[in-house]
Formats: sequence, structure tokens, C-alpha cells
Amino acid sequence: MTQSFYVSPEQLMKDRADFARKGIARGRSVVVLGYDGGIAFATENPSRALHKVSEIYDRIAFAAVGKYNEFENLRVAGVRYADMRGYSYDRIDVTARGLANAYAQTLGAVFTTESKPLEVELAVTEVGVTQEQDQIYRLSYDGSVTDEPGRVVMGGDAERLGALVEAAWRPGLTLEEAMQLAVRTLGTAEDGAVREIVPTALEAAVLDRTRTRRAFRRLDGDDLAALLAAGG
Amino acid sequence: MSLESGGRLPAAFTTPGSASFTEFLASYAPDLLPGRRHDLVGSESLAHVSPHATTIVALTYADGIIMAGDRRATMGNQIAHRQMEKVFPADDFSAIGIAGTAGLAVELVRLFQLELEHFEKIEGSRLSLEGKANRLATMVRSNLSLAIQGLAAVPLFGGFDQQREIGRIFSYDVVGGRYEEQDHHSVGSGSVFARGSLKKLWSHGLDAEEAVQVALHALVDAADEDSATGGPDAIRGIYPIVARVDAQGYESISQDDLARHTEAIAARRHASPERGGAS
Repeated sequence: MTQSFYVSPEQLMKDRADFARKGIARGRSVVVLGYDGGIAFATENPSRALHKVSEIYDRIAFAAVGKYNEFENLRVAGVRYADMRGYSYDRIDVTARGLANAYAQTLGAVFTTESKPLEVELAVTEVGVTQEQDQIYRLSYDGSVTDEPGRVVMGGDAERLGALVEAAWRPGLTLEEAMQLAVRTLGTAEDGAVREIVPTALEAAVLDRTRTRRAFRRLDGDDLAALLAAGG
Repeated sequence: MSLESGGRLPAAFTTPGSASFTEFLASYAPDLLPGRRHDLVGSESLAHVSPHATTIVALTYADGIIMAGDRRATMGNQIAHRQMEKVFPADDFSAIGIAGTAGLAVELVRLFQLELEHFEKIEGSRLSLEGKANRLATMVRSNLSLAIQGLAAVPLFGGFDQQREIGRIFSYDVVGGRYEEQDHHSVGSGSVFARGSLKKLWSHGLDAEEAVQVALHALVDAADEDSATGGPDAIRGIYPIVARVDAQGYESISQDDLARHTEAIAARRHASPERGGAS
């Protein structure tokens, strides 16, 4: 029997983290921004069928970057979790916090016990009655969760784009301002040049707190063009 | 649910496959399915032990369908509820009405609504109207063993077919048989009388206002002859639940409109009072 070399736990975890980070960095970023009427999502994605942003439940949405098959699997699990819980108890008992916990446990367990970590980063968001009550949870490949105050950027250039959002975002933005900020952020290159992104190359959606039951709504090309043109 | 311990999502949740919530439930938590939850023995009828919901009518009109249900639930010869709702939105473009054992029927509706929403979320598109109707047939069939013991729940389903751009109505029997109905249909204890009324009052190309009136007329006639069907109750302000489904989607007719229609119907019947109460 061949004896495998000793690898310290630190090294093992570091290797896995590097592997997952590399996979995630290859994908395009997703920007999630709170605005006065809800939470807005935007990412560069020309596909109309393979979504990175999706509805989970009445007030809850899901955004992801990384490997499609892996986050799609988690999305379906999330919808099942939410529907199951809502059916067993009541619709009001389905919360983003509960779902974020279930995802965190899943990601963490895969990271430490399985041969390969999931190469995904998720955002689980829930829109509240007011902007202060909105919740955005960011989940990492290793199962760590952070409660993000009102905005988050995930994916390839998350740190650089996150800094841009950090500088410009404030509570109480209108949807037009939020969407313009999101698209400008996505189009900003490393040298600061801003590239124009046509609405058809974008995937965008909102959790609109003014809608009565299901708050999630996708924004199509026309909606987006109108939002991006508004107010210059 | 093992999730209560805060553990990772069980394997059933991450297994790729069906977009059906009922199928997921059947594999993960079959106890929660309405049809399988009860382990009843004996062959005597259990019909008297739970409230029954009664008459539902549905009819097509120029732009879609109207579905209406009275508000009474009975248990034997007693009135169990006066304000029961028996017509629900199944999703944005369809309505479901229920007759039979109230508890099971309401559960069936809840599961059916969830089934449609679940499919829509997982697949990113809605089921066709035909697909929804077939799905409902499967769900009714799963209740067969209870139906045989007298606990039948029979839905009436209708909606706007977005592919063919017309309103369509489907009825069911307890074994899950699915039948597409032309023009109009009614289910429940007062349905015989409601159908007679619909036959005389329905015509091609009704507009929405007229169609709501026809539906209310039919329910009034059913309530007149069937003790288990409740008529409009102006004193308490309890009117039938009436829904309209057209290209714009599902919409409940408001209380004010129903009050207005009910008054018009009462006035019309009052104007020609026949001695035998035939009007």
C-alpha cells in the first residue's frame, strides 16, 4: 500500500479555498443593491434562459456566481426548502435567514468533507417592509456567511467593483439610480474606463416591496433601457 | 423536517429531477401529502363527520371565464360555516373551485397552488393550461381511497389558455377523470339546479358584467332549491366569491360590484313574483 504524504490541515484547506476562489473568479460579477423600493440585481448575462438571479419565495431571491450546474442545484434545493417550509407551516415562516443557514451548512459540509468544494458564491436576499428591514446574506464557498448592509458585489472582480459600489451607494437610492450605478460598476475596467453595456446583454431583476405577494420581478430589455435612460 | 436542527440540506433537496412539488413531497415527506396522511379502516361512510362545501359554477364569456361559489359549508343538516371561500386563484391565469369534504378540498387547493408556483419557479415558465388540468387530475386521484369512504373532494378548474387565447373549463370526478366542459358547468350539491339555470341564461359572447350576473343567478337558483347552498346574504354582507380570469389574469369581483349585482337580481325577481316561487 502506498503511503500518502502528510498534508497539514492548514494546507489542505488553503488548497481547497484557492481552488474554489479560482473557479469563482472566472465568472462575471453580480451586483446586488438596495434601493428605496426594494432590492435590485444586475449582472452581465446574455442568456435569457440560464439565470444567475432567481425567485425563491414571496419576498426572497437568490443570486449566484460560479459554476452554473452547482449553483443551479443549490437554487432548486432552496426553492424546495422554501416551498416545503411554507407548506408545513405558513408562508410567513419562510425567511432568508433560515435559508442562508441551510445553505451555509451545506456549503460548509461540502467544503470540509467532499473531494472538491463548490465553486460558487451566493447571495440570499429578503425584502422587508422598509429598507432598514431588507436582508442581504452573502455565502462563500466554505460556508461562511456575512450579513451585508444593503449592497454586495460577488464574482470575478468582487473586491475592485465592491469598492466602487461602496463609494457611490447610499440608502434611499431610486431604482433608476441603483440600476445605473450597478451597470456602471459592471462596465468599469481596471483602468477606470467605463464600457457601455447594452440592456440585452444584462440580466436584471428586482425584489419590489410594493408588490403584494410575490415581490420578485425580472426586468426585460425595454424596462432596463428605460431605467438606464432616466435622468441621464 | 430534519432541517430544524440547522443541518445541511438533505440529499433529496439537491437531487436533480422533478419540477413537481408533489413528487418531491412524496419522496421526501410522504406523510404530508393529503391523500396518504389518513390511515382509515372500515367501510362505513364518514361523510357526516366533516363540513361539506357545496355549489360552484363556472362559465365562459367573450374574454375568458367566470367562476363563482356560494359561501356555505354544511355538516349534516347544520350550517358549519357561513363565510367559507371555495373559489381560489390557482395561479395568475387560472381559478379553482371546490365542492365536497371541505378540509380535504382546501388542502388540495393549497397543494395545487404550490405545485403550479413550484413548477414556475424551478422551470422559469408556466405550465400550459392543459398541463395544469392534468396535474390536478393526478392530485384528485390520489384522494381516491378517502373518496370511497365518503370523503370526496371534487374541484372545478378553469382558466385562460394563453396559447389558444380562450377561456376553458375542466371538471373532475373522484377517480381523477378529467373532462373539458363546453360553455358552462357546475359541481356540488346544488349543481343540478345551477346547471338548469345556466342552460337558460348563458349565451355566446356574454360580456364580463353579464357573465357575472348569469353566475349569480345560477347560484341564487341553486340556493333556492338546495338547503346546503347559501344564497347572497345582504344583511350580513356575505356574497358569493366570484372570480374572473381573462388575458389580464385572475381578478376577484369586488364586494361592491357583487352587492350591486345581487340587488339587481333581487329587484328583477321581485318585479315578477310568481305564486309558486318559480321566479
